[in-house]
Amino acid sequence: MSAIDVRLVDVTKSFGDFNAVDHIDLEVQDGEFFSLLGPSGCGKTTTLRMIGGFEQPTSGLIELQGEDVTWLPPYQRNVNTVFQNYALFPHLSIFENVAFGLRRRRVADATIRQRVTEMLELVELPGFEKRKPNQISGGQAQRVALARALINRPAVLLLDEPLGALDLKLRKQMQVELKRIQQEVGITFIYVTHDQEEAMTMSDRIAVMHKGRYEQLGQPEELYERPRTRFVASFLGICNLLQVDPDGSADGYAVVRLADRTPLRVPRALVPGANRLEIGVRPEKIRLFERVEDAPAGSNLVEGVVRDASYLGVSTQYIAELRGGEKVTVYEQNVSHTAHDSLYRQGETVQLGWSPDHTFVVGGGETSAQEEAS
Amino acid sequence: MIGRLVHRYRWAVPYVLMAPGLLWLVAFFVVPMVPMILFSISEGTVNTGIVQPPDVWAIGNYPEVVVKFQDNVRNSLVFGALATTLCFAIGYPLAYAIAFRGGRYKNLLLFLVIAPFFTSFLIRTISWKVILGNDGPFLAVVRDALHLVPANFSVMGTPLAVVSGLTYQLLPFMVLPLYVSLEKVDIRLIEAARDLYAGPWRPRGTAIGAALGGALAIALMVGLRYADPGDPSGLVAAAGAALVGGLLGGLVAHFLVTEAFVRVVFPLSLPGVFAASILTFIPAVGDYVNADLLGVSPNNQMIGNVIQNRYLFQTDYPVASALSFILMGAILLAIALYAKVLGTEELTGGRA
Repeated sequence: MSAIDVRLVDVTKSFGDFNAVDHIDLEVQDGEFFSLLGPSGCGKTTTLRMIGGFEQPTSGLIELQGEDVTWLPPYQRNVNTVFQNYALFPHLSIFENVAFGLRRRRVADATIRQRVTEMLELVELPGFEKRKPNQISGGQAQRVALARALINRPAVLLLDEPLGALDLKLRKQMQVELKRIQQEVGITFIYVTHDQEEAMTMSDRIAVMHKGRYEQLGQPEELYERPRTRFVASFLGICNLLQVDPDGSADGYAVVRLADRTPLRVPRALVPGANRLEIGVRPEKIRLFERVEDAPAGSNLVEGVVRDASYLGVSTQYIAELRGGEKVTVYEQNVSHTAHDSLYRQGETVQLGWSPDHTFVVGGGETSAQEEAS
Repeated sequence: MIGRLVHRYRWAVPYVLMAPGLLWLVAFFVVPMVPMILFSISEGTVNTGIVQPPDVWAIGNYPEVVVKFQDNVRNSLVFGALATTLCFAIGYPLAYAIAFRGGRYKNLLLFLVIAPFFTSFLIRTISWKVILGNDGPFLAVVRDALHLVPANFSVMGTPLAVVSGLTYQLLPFMVLPLYVSLEKVDIRLIEAARDLYAGPWRPRGTAIGAALGGALAIALMVGLRYADPGDPSGLVAAAGAALVGGLLGGLVAHFLVTEAFVRVVFPLSLPGVFAASILTFIPAVGDYVNADLLGVSPNNQMIGNVIQNRYLFQTDYPVASALSFILMGAILLAIALYAKVLGTEELTGGRA
């Protein structure tokens, strides 16, 4: 177990009556790529700003490498930030922008020159020293902002939606780049984003935030495969949710039944009691079969009618309606169905099958991970 | 039809837009300059009859008036520079506070800054006569209540009165351009600077602040003729003032000024500083109302007073015109020097 770099203890930030951040506890490990993921207004940026020192918590404690920094100003924290719109100093050259932190720390000129050169190489912008921020592109500005922060070798780097202003292609490229740089320098990254794909691509762990708290914290696979709340399940991609009632167990699985009594199997550990619950399954986990016999043994099977089929190239998206009226989205990889007329058609009756292990259980969506824990 | 014409002659659009302004300037600025140039190298007065080129080429008017009115030229430049500096010292913090801390009162505060313009220039100057007068509220506090100055001290009729009046009159010209440039500075840049270890400006800033405060105090003492550099007692007075000014400047820099301001906000506001200083300095140097009403004594007359006097009372158009051009030249020279200092890469774009 590596050391804890950043610790938030029961941190709350209120603006008037509104709790932007509501009693959060967090521990980020040394060298980790940690993401705060959530929709706008969920408190992720406020959390980041408190770690950076731009906001003071209304209550609670913030520790950096074991030291209480709750009331320290930003310039006394060994933390640097990559701002959302880069916030490069427009009057300074790229060299001076990157050198800014070292100059404030009165580092010798020769050292500064050497480290700025190194840093610009790391972000693949050698030779840009003399340019001004208005003479470079958005992607380059992003790299300069990164270099300007990293050159100070902070304990933690805070990134506030740094890729938000870039176009999709550049964003993908920078995601890979950011991950490479993070692994190269080994600094803890705390990354704020509302883009679930971005968070999943880069993060070691993600905290999914909602209304000032985090609903679930874990590795990307865990959050995607086993979301514990309805919010997490739907924020991290499309998912199908079904209301079911528990009904005993079989073959090491809990058995639950849809409203029309169709039995489904769910990993037993996920079913807490005998109350009505909501289960979910991702569209790409479901396969469509013409007959029940075609499905692998042990599958969860539900009968449905195709209501919509859209050919998306890499896959085909179906909307199937179950007998109870629930609409289920299915992504079928276009492996065998290469010809357009071999797809299932609207109105066709199909069997929806998926592995019980791919079934997850979400809470009511109201209870958060922290409430469950306490 | 007109749309097609406009499209066909697109290149002409900027000229059409500039035309009214250009015509106005040509008619009322450039054209009158021609007779003025001619007057400035003529001889005689309107009363005695003016002899103009080509009958006479009195280029000698220029060196002659410079020598004759050198005190007035000096007064103009010194009072103008001091008033501009004081306007800056008062106006910059004011503009900063309105731009960054004004919140929803921004517009109200800006309105208050320009509110004095709603009364006549003359009325305002005359009311300053009352304020600074021997029985006025200023001396009632400073002389009678606090005993900071001797009993026979008066303000009216001194350079202090002239510079005070100028500073007051021109403050809005300083504040508005500064406000505009500060308002444009992105707050996130300040956060970025703080994130990059920009903290308080001390201890380096304390020394710089003290030096600037001391220098301003000496400039005021000498410029306002409270301390004669040639006189030992004057040196003592200047040193005392420098001490007070240095202390104040040092304290302000120590406790109020941050590195984020010095390295980011201030450099970004330099275009505003430049515009504001010029907009303040030019009317200050050319002013004659303050020197006339508050300065009273001939010792405090500025070049504007001489020009006014020569034109209107003595009808001495040649001297008045020559002085006008010298004033214009002096201002242009001062601005060129200033632009050279402020416009260089070292100050605006160099290392942080």
